[in-house]
Amino acid sequence: MPNRSIPGTTIFDGTQAQKGYALNRMCFSFNEQANRDAFRADEEGYMARYGLQAQQAQAIRDRDVLGLLAAGGNVYYLAKFAGIVGLDVQDLGAAQTGLSKQEFKDRLLRQNEQPVRSPA
Amino acid sequence: MASIVGGLTTSHVPAIAGAIARGAQGEPYWKPFFDGFLPVHRWLEEVKPDVAVVFYNDHGLNFFLDKMPTFAIGAALEYRNADEGWGIPTVPPFRGQPDLSWHLIQYLVDRDFDLTTCQEMLVDHAFTIPMKLFWPHDVPVTTVPVCINTVQFPLPSARRCYALGQAVGNAIRAWHSDKRVVVIGTGGLSHQLDGQRAGFINKLFDLKFMDSLVDDPEWATQYSIHELVEKTGTQGVELLMWLATRGAVAGPVRKVHANYHIPISNTAAGMMALEALA
Repeated sequence: MPNRSIPGTTIFDGTQAQKGYALNRMCFSFNEQANRDAFRADEEGYMARYGLQAQQAQAIRDRDVLGLLAAGGNVYYLAKFAGIVGLDVQDLGAAQTGLSKQEFKDRLLRQNEQPVRSPA
Repeated sequence: MASIVGGLTTSHVPAIAGAIARGAQGEPYWKPFFDGFLPVHRWLEEVKPDVAVVFYNDHGLNFFLDKMPTFAIGAALEYRNADEGWGIPTVPPFRGQPDLSWHLIQYLVDRDFDLTTCQEMLVDHAFTIPMKLFWPHDVPVTTVPVCINTVQFPLPSARRCYALGQAVGNAIRAWHSDKRVVVIGTGGLSHQLDGQRAGFINKLFDLKFMDSLVDDPEWATQYSIHELVEKTGTQGVELLMWLATRGAVAGPVRKVHANYHIPISNTAAGMMALEALA
């Protein structure tokens, strides 16, 4: 029986891993400074070298985090792209939840108030 | 034979490395997190381990999707850190313990754990940050990294990771050496970086999980990976490293110290130190 879906969550499984391979491979290359510089110098040329599909390239151009996930991006590799454009994981969180960064951080702080006992 | 002094578990959020680099440990945001390690530093001074076996998960530094091992073990003289792409400072190499690595490989493969063995292995923040948290100055231990895949599903089950830990523990205790070994597990606790559910935290589950590691260590193995993602987030599933660690320590333990703090970055940060009593 297939697992029930988890709201707001994409499991990075074989389907996503195949779909996102070119995008993730490009983002993996950003571990190296020379590659980050090459991307900054010519984003379109760099994406073409890695063979990104149209949907992936558009999501990169738009800095569209949910679009990148939908195109098969894996968050660990996308984080390397986010670093290039100066975004941290809280910027990503804000972008994905439709909140401002401050609202997202405030929401995290409020998680402290979660009850620590199960309802009777 | 070698002995296991205990197990250490901690979150490994990259922002911690930034805070250490800036010397921000005393700032209000960070102090409740870093102070949790002080009793553990004192304990480590007492038990003085020689070697650390470290369960962690790579985040796209050493492994890419071209080859993604479920379980990988280092068998190198040293383990280097490298640029992860988003700007935390790199740290000097860690010393390996290749004779223990190969003993573990032989023992585990003999018992049907099919490991990927790595004579070269870059270690990322999930390895380097916990070492810095437990030993803020010089690292006095040699190391054996054990990497568990949490990037690409299917992931190994909680039950399997616990069993891997048990086998690692048995192997260490059968190692012809007088070394004192500490087992470390890094990652978690509940958090989710990706998707509309980003920012998800489950305090009730995390606290129950931490309690269970003391007296009922197999509790979390009842859950499937899918259930763990649902309950702890897509990255909260890193609690697999904590389970493997507890499997290795085995038997009764004394809780030296535990700390739980929300949030560090997007994460519910947890830390435990368990002393082996057996």
